[in-house]
Amino acid sequence: MLKLLKSGYYTSVQDQGRFGFRHKGVPVSGAMDGLALSKANALLENDEDCAVLEITMTGPTIEFEENTFIVLTGAKMSTTLNNQPILNYKVHEIAVGDILSYGRLEKGFRSYLAVKGGFTTPVVLKSRSFSKSLTRLTYLPDKSVLPFEPCSFFTPKIEEIKIDSYFEETVLELAQGPEYDILNDHQLEKIFGTGFTVSNENNRMAYQMTEPISGHAVSMLTSATLPGTVQLTPAGKLIILMKDGQTTGGYPRILQLTDKAISILAQKKYGDKVSFKLVKG
Amino acid sequence: MSPYSISIRPFGVHAILVEWPQRVDEAILNDILLFIEHLQHKCLDTHNWEIVPSYNSITLIHREKPIDYNHYKQKIESWYKKGAKLKKRQRFLWRLPVCYDLEFGIDLQEVSEKLNKSIPEIIELHTNSQYTVYGIGFLPGFMYLGGLPSELEVPRRPEPRLKVQKGAVGLAGKQTGIYPQESPGGWNIIGNCTVTMFNPKNENPCFVNVGDRVQFYAIERAEYDLHKIESEVGIYQLQKSIIDA
Repeated sequence: MLKLLKSGYYTSVQDQGRFGFRHKGVPVSGAMDGLALSKANALLENDEDCAVLEITMTGPTIEFEENTFIVLTGAKMSTTLNNQPILNYKVHEIAVGDILSYGRLEKGFRSYLAVKGGFTTPVVLKSRSFSKSLTRLTYLPDKSVLPFEPCSFFTPKIEEIKIDSYFEETVLELAQGPEYDILNDHQLEKIFGTGFTVSNENNRMAYQMTEPISGHAVSMLTSATLPGTVQLTPAGKLIILMKDGQTTGGYPRILQLTDKAISILAQKKYGDKVSFKLVKG
Repeated sequence: MSPYSISIRPFGVHAILVEWPQRVDEAILNDILLFIEHLQHKCLDTHNWEIVPSYNSITLIHREKPIDYNHYKQKIESWYKKGAKLKKRQRFLWRLPVCYDLEFGIDLQEVSEKLNKSIPEIIELHTNSQYTVYGIGFLPGFMYLGGLPSELEVPRRPEPRLKVQKGAVGLAGKQTGIYPQESPGGWNIIGNCTVTMFNPKNENPCFVNVGDRVQFYAIERAEYDLHKIESEVGIYQLQKSIIDA
């Protein structure tokens, strides 16, 4: 078990997400930065569907009540273990009573904390990922307690990895979306031109871009959307759906981010710059 | 048997979009549902593939791996050409109780003025039709219903409400539907349905499937309260019948 003495801005339990319920309108959810999730579980030699904590912008202060091993991935948040700075992407041994504190956000936006064996919070529709209207909580309040199986002995095969700092990249690779053909030259020029700024409308459901492009009058029947789908509203706003995004929509789906681009974008915050690069679908 | 010309295109590296002609048409929906039945039973491993139908399209999504699009494009074409020899999945007509009391139908008065119809006339029109479920999305368990009588078409509210009650029954343009949970929303609210449209505790969290039909029936306030209690303790008996169509 661990206890969140302070919970941070938006801390939630996430795994690979919910598969098999989209035809009933259930969003996929799961870790916004799938790359950071898989690296954390890999270093701990966890199953890939183990649940981790997703920590957004400002992190928690955590007291461990059991022995375990942890890995931090994703954003750098000046993290200390018993007041000593510790590195991301490295296995750390934890003893009862240890205090993990998150400090200033240095790089990225979302950080992940994995424990050996994963968190054992309740499973709802085959996933532990928090999701509005499905799970009891959508984010963790102060004093929350999270269960996991204690572990005192573990010799990792690999103790530490160096990652390419993908969360500092600004180029988002994407493929043509189903309604790509509605775009005119003027719109294309804007989309693949100087780039966009992440607006303050950004959360686990969607990221809106601040700069509009010219709009359109295309009407289409509601159809499926995916995490990473770029929608174009009639007024010309670009909305990029993320992991908690709705499963269907009626706006043209002009582009589709790659999985890596979703991870890159998940590490962006209000005011950050991104640009789009078309790749083959 | 392949009555329609379908278009197939990639949708990212994990998904494929298959589209029928762009119109709201029950014959198209039936063709789509037959094809899904065929895909699920004869073609695709449903552990790894999700199939999301909506109006004139289905989206096939693979759990994780990037898929070989060209391979599947050919497969889907031939699967569709061969056509489904299967029996249709059983489809149901669900009868759902709605209390049109003004306490719930907060926009009924306004709708009545806009449509120039009395409230009893509106209720009669709304409960006389059977609506077809063309898709489920927007919110978990939210049904896209087709078949609203044109006399009940009323524009969306100019400003969406920040909070619409769970169970609220609304009208907007050519659509009617139920909010399965509290949510922001811009539809005109004419009543409330006590039936829980989405329950994450159930293995099948939403009893309705795309292709089913829904018909509303009016209930009094006292009956509403009773149904509400029955729903809460889990003894509410849904009214359903089998559709042959």
